[in-house]
Amino acid sequence: MSEHKILLDHGSGGMASQELISSLFLKHLDNPILRGLEDSAILENQQGRLAFSTDSYVVDPIFFPGGDIGKLAVHGTINDLAMRGAKPICLSLGLILEEGMDIEDLEKIIISISEASKTSGVPIVTGDTKVVPRGKGDKIFINTSGIGVVADGIDISSLNAKAEDNVILSGTMGDHGITIMTRRAGISMEGKLESDTMALHNMVATLLKELPEDIHTMRDPTRGGVATSLNEIAANSKLSIEIKEEDLPVTPEVRTACEILGLEPLYLANEGKCLVVVSEAATARALEIMHSCPEGKDAQIIGKLKNGKPGRVVINTPIGGSRVVTPLHGEPLPRIC
Amino acid sequence: MKFVDEFRDSSLAKPLLVELEKSVTKPLRVMEVCGSHTMAIFRNGIRSILPESFELISGPGCPVCVTSAPHMDAFIAMADMPGVRVAIFGDLFRVPGSNGSLANASSRGAKVDIVYSPMDALELAVNNPDDRIVFLGVGFETTTPGIAATIMAAKTRNIDNFMVFSTQKVMPPPLIALLNDPELQIDGLLCPGHVSSIIGAGAYQPLVDEYELACVVAGFETTDLLNGLILLARQIASGKRAVENTYPRAVSWDGNPRAQKMVETIFEPTDMDWRGLGVIPQSGLKIREEYSHFDAEKRLDITIPEAEEAKGCMCGEILKGKSTPPECPLFDTRCTPAKPIGPCMVSSEGTCAAYHKYGR
Repeated sequence: MSEHKILLDHGSGGMASQELISSLFLKHLDNPILRGLEDSAILENQQGRLAFSTDSYVVDPIFFPGGDIGKLAVHGTINDLAMRGAKPICLSLGLILEEGMDIEDLEKIIISISEASKTSGVPIVTGDTKVVPRGKGDKIFINTSGIGVVADGIDISSLNAKAEDNVILSGTMGDHGITIMTRRAGISMEGKLESDTMALHNMVATLLKELPEDIHTMRDPTRGGVATSLNEIAANSKLSIEIKEEDLPVTPEVRTACEILGLEPLYLANEGKCLVVVSEAATARALEIMHSCPEGKDAQIIGKLKNGKPGRVVINTPIGGSRVVTPLHGEPLPRIC
Repeated sequence: MKFVDEFRDSSLAKPLLVELEKSVTKPLRVMEVCGSHTMAIFRNGIRSILPESFELISGPGCPVCVTSAPHMDAFIAMADMPGVRVAIFGDLFRVPGSNGSLANASSRGAKVDIVYSPMDALELAVNNPDDRIVFLGVGFETTTPGIAATIMAAKTRNIDNFMVFSTQKVMPPPLIALLNDPELQIDGLLCPGHVSSIIGAGAYQPLVDEYELACVVAGFETTDLLNGLILLARQIASGKRAVENTYPRAVSWDGNPRAQKMVETIFEPTDMDWRGLGVIPQSGLKIREEYSHFDAEKRLDITIPEAEEAKGCMCGEILKGKSTPPECPLFDTRCTPAKPIGPCMVSSEGTCAAYHKYGR
């Protein structure tokens, strides 16, 4: 491209927009449906119930260890579909660009979206780009919506969790949240801190293929972290949840960063993890299946649903004490003391 | 994690719990002074497994909680001034003044930067020469030396657009203010760890001599806390009173003389307004005249609005363990975690917030 910065013209719908579409979006995201550049994508008649989800991505910084805003936008919506047991079929991609954004950065993000979409097998079938004047946005905001198909017999919902079900967490907590926070704060740490952004639909499909009846609830603990998702499951199922602190998987790097900043991994965002609520009988098998998938290799049972006080989440501490885990109130902020 | 996991080892902590149970021979009431102790006790679930006759009450040591509403109002007024950016530690962001918080001010367009060290605020000043950067000093002795060092650095490096608004507070004057209330019935103090690393364990000797309190300095990990509580229970059972230090890896009897010297160079004692407790003589620190160039209160000509604590707020009584939250007319009516009025509701683990959350 001749210019190196995004101009207001790129969002005008005129020549500059066309150039951006052909030289960037189609170049990297090309597929038969998108190629037509029609006003909407036509999807062939799908068998089963449809799942439909949308999410917007405004992360700052837009590039971070382990990923970028583009990858996040693809994985996030795929995961939201997968959490209801749906097989994701396609995504839309809406971009809001700030005037003056480096086109080189935009291309990096589009390439990353393309890779994530190809690896996941979920194409981008429709899109839109707008440009807002400098200062009215922050480089790039992305919205993705997605459609998925739910096979017959699958009913995954937080209303379905039952007493004595186990809660499995698919891997370590807080990797994404702490990576973003330390980057924002300009704090560099020894060791490897990186976002866990990852699509989970393949692991979910493997689980549901073998255990369609036994998987009752799934949630991806993004903003608000595991603590908030557990509270939602407890509230919706009108059950209580007991978790064991020792069983919560956290990498040493994340723990160290949390200790320094006064943060709690339970409340930090994850972008490639899910909570799976599974019947007692099928728990061992579910764990085996998850361990056999790269997305779930560190999966661990972290707790159990009980017929206790509805909506209450309690954590049992290693010394035999207990405390209530409340949902997150506001942004997690580092403490003075 | 090295030097942390060892102190959280449950195989070491569990025998300590048994020992604690044995050490408590009569009902006793201990105040944990420090906000970080309150948090650590909460995180470990220690309250849920304490012997029944061991009562722990939370003291005035959470710095953001005891920041008065008039001070918050002054902070917000500064943040609203054109060309001024305030730099704060994260947990001050949502603390309410009499009309909103810095979070509200930020949503109106005020410039509020969350920093991790006062030195970050100094760099903010260097990188934004057209703005005046005001670091809001809210904290105890733990944070004061860092602020003093930053002011010294600003002077040496000739950084003109950096200032500090000091509401720094000191221990133990608020404890003495609480103890002078004849109705306050406590047997001992779990003394702060980080504050004591600066002021030294010796700072609590007058409390032992004059108020016959058991005083034990403790760290923040599971075994540190349990060890501290055991020593308190033993002192109270035996009737023998002393300052004991279970945190020698960080705390000495005399503290950190170099840090003390830095603080003394930059700051001098002043009367300070505490949320819930009112004005306590010589319980705060203001910037000395020689460094007034870095004193935001003087340079920006800030007047602190007249202290007017919310009518009916009983935090002072609750901090002393004299009343329980439900006795306060504001509790769960005008004062809730979402819109807190007193310090015990501001802190997520304050007594009122705990009552609200867990109905204890």
